[in-house]
Amino acid sequence: MNDSQDWTTPSTRLLAMRRTQLTLIAIPAITAVGLLGGIMGSAELGGLLALGVMAVALAWERLLYRRVRAWAYAERDDDLLVRRGVMIRKISVVPYGRMQFVDVTAGPFERMFGLATVRMHTAAAASDARIPGLVAAEAARLRDALAALGEAQAAGL
Amino acid sequence: MNSADEPTAAALTGGWHRLHPLSPLVRAGRHLVLVAAVVLSGAVTRQQDGGGQGGYWELAVVAVVVVIGVVSWLVTRWQVDNGTLRIETGLLRRSSQRYPLTQIQAIDLVESGLARLLGLAELHLRMAASGGATGRLACLRKADAEVLRARLLALAHGVAEDSPPPPERLLVALSTRRLVGSMLLSSQSVVTMVATVAFAVVAVMIPAAVGALGGAAGLVIGMLTAAWRRFNSGFELTVSVAADGIHLRSGAIQTAAETIPFGRVQAVQLVEPLLWRPLRWCRLEVEVAGRQARNENRPEGRQLRAILPVGDHDQAAYLLSQLIPGAPTADRRAPARARWKAPLRYHYLAWGGNDSCVVTASGRVRRVTRWVPLEKVQSVRRVQGPVQRMLGLATIHLDTAGRRIQAELTDRNVDEVDRQLAVLPGQCRAARRSQRPPRALHGR
Repeated sequence: MNDSQDWTTPSTRLLAMRRTQLTLIAIPAITAVGLLGGIMGSAELGGLLALGVMAVALAWERLLYRRVRAWAYAERDDDLLVRRGVMIRKISVVPYGRMQFVDVTAGPFERMFGLATVRMHTAAAASDARIPGLVAAEAARLRDALAALGEAQAAGL
Repeated sequence: MNSADEPTAAALTGGWHRLHPLSPLVRAGRHLVLVAAVVLSGAVTRQQDGGGQGGYWELAVVAVVVVIGVVSWLVTRWQVDNGTLRIETGLLRRSSQRYPLTQIQAIDLVESGLARLLGLAELHLRMAASGGATGRLACLRKADAEVLRARLLALAHGVAEDSPPPPERLLVALSTRRLVGSMLLSSQSVVTMVATVAFAVVAVMIPAAVGALGGAAGLVIGMLTAAWRRFNSGFELTVSVAADGIHLRSGAIQTAAETIPFGRVQAVQLVEPLLWRPLRWCRLEVEVAGRQARNENRPEGRQLRAILPVGDHDQAAYLLSQLIPGAPTADRRAPARARWKAPLRYHYLAWGGNDSCVVTASGRVRRVTRWVPLEKVQSVRRVQGPVQRMLGLATIHLDTAGRRIQAELTDRNVDEVDRQLAVLPGQCRAARRSQRPPRALHGR
């Protein structure tokens, strides 16, 4: 399982979406902390605190970047490969024949960016084949392809 | 419509059937005790009041319970038709359930104490649905239930439905002495003893606190109930094997007869707790997809089914050879540097496998060995945490249906892991193909 595999990565819009989410949390947080520091202590304290929160947000952005980059999947002949994780790296191999059902979800943010998450479920609770940040058309294609392959290779419990 | 009063032929004919007319009584079993208490206390109060009126509400309670039971009996009917069991029930919220018999994971025949007195039995069909859906037929006449179970199993295996139940071969019978011994040497009993001693010491030292200890009574009752359930489920347990699967029979007051068809066992687990190790005892558990029903008549909750609650290694090995012929042993030890990551577990950490089964061993206080047949593996995962990355180790998880057992090849060399991750999915696929008959053969 090395990089000779043909990995497909989620859409680059996923990173844009994660950054938007981060910004929407970070800006009010920076403002609030800065104001609070300014009122309770001095203007310098407020500025320092705001800078600190900003630094955390920037570090978080780097982590998000790496996490988005780490997601990848590969459709092989008999199974789906999903790679994810930065700190804890995971590779799942899920045979199509083991699939119980596929679902495609799209939250409000994902809809805003035209993205969707595809998830393949097996009878095992621990199986983890989730692919976020797929362009809606690709998500629909993957869902149909998985469903067809699952049907063709279905195995009982 | 046939009534269940007719002889056992009722269980073999088609068409709709009712449950046994006495089943409301059995199903209400526990509430019945409550009702009796209410009525009795009411009667006593009336006596003391000098026979005044106003005791009618107890009668009303009884009447309501009886009417609800009878109505629910009246609106429930079942039918075996075209390879499915259909149950229709409910007065206000009508529900019609269909259980395709080829999908049965296991069948249980349960008799609670009251049901035994009346010669009745419940039939539970375990299905693999994640919600733990269970088909319940409560209650049937015992003879009917036995015939019906054999018939459902025959249908599930795709043989003629009126073929006689296959002959059984007894594998293991559990002695009561060993069961009691194993329960005394369990962690629960140690906790109970320590707690009891602690309470006694406190009661002697600070007599004033005795009142506060009353609250501990609930705890003690809970522990005793749990102990009783374990005792009951292991009492006079016999494990036998027949052509249609493994049969387990047990029970002191409430008896249960379970049938686990071959090929429905998702994983096997051998547990050796610390306290049992000097006696060389062990416990063998199996994972079957589909939970057992958690209702008032079903004691065991979410834990695995112990097909051997306590036994020696020979018995366990024998049972294991029946479940997984040619089971491999865990002989590939983890690399020595895994000690840094798992200092305690390292002692037993190992895995082994052949082309049909993988075995993993782990645990220090409680040694756990797990066998997972490759044709039952749902997905394969490679997981590597930061510490493992530093040490050049990784773990492979083999997921099986359900959420209780997964085999883990913990802390292996990265190259070994990558090699296995490339090989295992193919092996699983080959095992699936060779083990599984085509659908057309399997059922209708």
